[in-house]
Amino acid sequence: MTGWVARPGRWVVWAIVVFFFVNLAGVVLSVVVDSFGKQWFGTWLPDGFTTHWYADAWREFGLSDVLLATAIVALVVIAVSVAVGVPAAYALARRSFPGKRLVMLLFVLPILIPPITYGIPLATVLYKFHLAGTITGVILANLVPSVPFVVLTMTPFIEQIDPKIEAAARMSGARTISVFTRILGPLLLPGILAASILVLVRTVGMFELTFLTAGPDSTTLVVALYNSVFAAGIRANQSVDAMATIYTASMLVLLLVALRFVNPTQLVTRIREET
Amino acid sequence: MTAVASARPALRHRLAERGIDRTLLLLVPGLLVTACLFLYPFLYGLQLSFAPRRGGVFANYARFFGDPYLRDTIWTTLGIALPATFINVLASIPIAYVMRGRVRGKRLLTTILVVPITLGTVLTAQGLIMYGGPAGWLNKVLTVLGITDEPLPLIHNYTGVLLSLVITGFPFSFLLTLSYLSGIDPSLEKAAATLGANWAQRFRRITLPLLAPGLAITFCLSFVMAFSVFPSAQLVGDPANETRVISIAAYHAAFEEYDYSMGSAVAMLMAVVMLIVIGLVMAWRGTLYRGATGGKG
Repeated sequence: MTGWVARPGRWVVWAIVVFFFVNLAGVVLSVVVDSFGKQWFGTWLPDGFTTHWYADAWREFGLSDVLLATAIVALVVIAVSVAVGVPAAYALARRSFPGKRLVMLLFVLPILIPPITYGIPLATVLYKFHLAGTITGVILANLVPSVPFVVLTMTPFIEQIDPKIEAAARMSGARTISVFTRILGPLLLPGILAASILVLVRTVGMFELTFLTAGPDSTTLVVALYNSVFAAGIRANQSVDAMATIYTASMLVLLLVALRFVNPTQLVTRIREET
Repeated sequence: MTAVASARPALRHRLAERGIDRTLLLLVPGLLVTACLFLYPFLYGLQLSFAPRRGGVFANYARFFGDPYLRDTIWTTLGIALPATFINVLASIPIAYVMRGRVRGKRLLTTILVVPITLGTVLTAQGLIMYGGPAGWLNKVLTVLGITDEPLPLIHNYTGVLLSLVITGFPFSFLLTLSYLSGIDPSLEKAAATLGANWAQRFRRITLPLLAPGLAITFCLSFVMAFSVFPSAQLVGDPANETRVISIAAYHAAFEEYDYSMGSAVAMLMAVVMLIVIGLVMAWRGTLYRGATGGKG
């Protein structure tokens, strides 16, 4: 950077970043330290360290059931939203037709409106059809933002694939089905993988929709965690912390896996990375 | 007879010329899911909100605007969501500006900045309560350094919710800003530099105008996240008074009083308020330059 003004500017920026992260580390470490602590009253560190809060949390909150429900919901949501979203993205990427803007608007709105706003009417409808409180209801609710998300991330991805490749395959006598399975499928796989992982992160982290539609058997990890903070009866703060740590650790693993497949900054504008 | 037979392919061809052919059938499942699970419930909720338990068609809305405890939730929500969004978007500009260039460990830094997305509201809330609480590390350090005599009131109030929204929202708006900023060709600024523009002029006259449309989108998406502050307003806020946001009012009506009609009415008002804010931002965006940013693709 030229000019002496740029330097102090840079230092101020870095100072703010460091300040933010020091405090953030404080926030996270407080929880992690407490989840391993025996007793902690007003001192710098707990009296001693133990791992029994994790065992407690696992038992008390029925974590194996909760994790199973979370996995089922996430996998079904991924499968359905990819199966439904990718074909729609293909049609949007390859054709321009009257009313396309309206279709796009319909897919943008569920992402642009906060989940709790459409979650309340949706939960009411699900109650009407006796689906609220079931795992089906939770899956249906989570599909609302996931399907548009897959459509909107896959459309630019498909636009990048040269239509001439498909035309060439057809010229060589490939039928529509083999064009899809032999040509488009392999080319789309990286994009589908990236979209699936992002849907996974979104679904596991989606609080509002699951909270509004889940019953006792269909609670996912986020909602179980929230309920545990409000739970009736005395819950040790440390076992809530232990559970929050488990949640964050698993989300972190998911996100780091996702980052191996997608560069997060390329979600909005696709640019080639400078090497 | 022959006329019908020959009209058919002609119609198909005419439609195909306008882009309507069998490929569009691929849209059907996606549209069906979105219509059944989003559009239908939304319209159902809209209709339900006009069918109150007691009173006329507009009774729910009249009750909402007549009762200050309900009406003020709109201002409370905006009073939390707008500052949080401004902080997140404005703070992400300089940081993204610095991070855009060649920085050592760029990938690691981006990853670290993304990590708070995984925290979740509960861990953030628990952490804030312990770290920022009266006996927490932050107040301890401040007391030891002699900066304050008594602990700062950071949690179970407005500040707590704001902090929680900044922690969870900043990484998101930073990522968006960074990607919009990386889409601007650096050679534009270099060209301005050769014409003698200093960094402030380059930023104000070149980068900011090109970035502004992206910032508008970032603002909208961050605002959507901040607007439904439900969990953090409950956990680190003061949900009965200072941080009684509109989503709490909606939830309370629908699932604690079991008045789905009132709950839907509040949800519709939430959507209206949110769409007004987004509409204003997008109208402003419409006045901006939106051509090529000279990006590399």
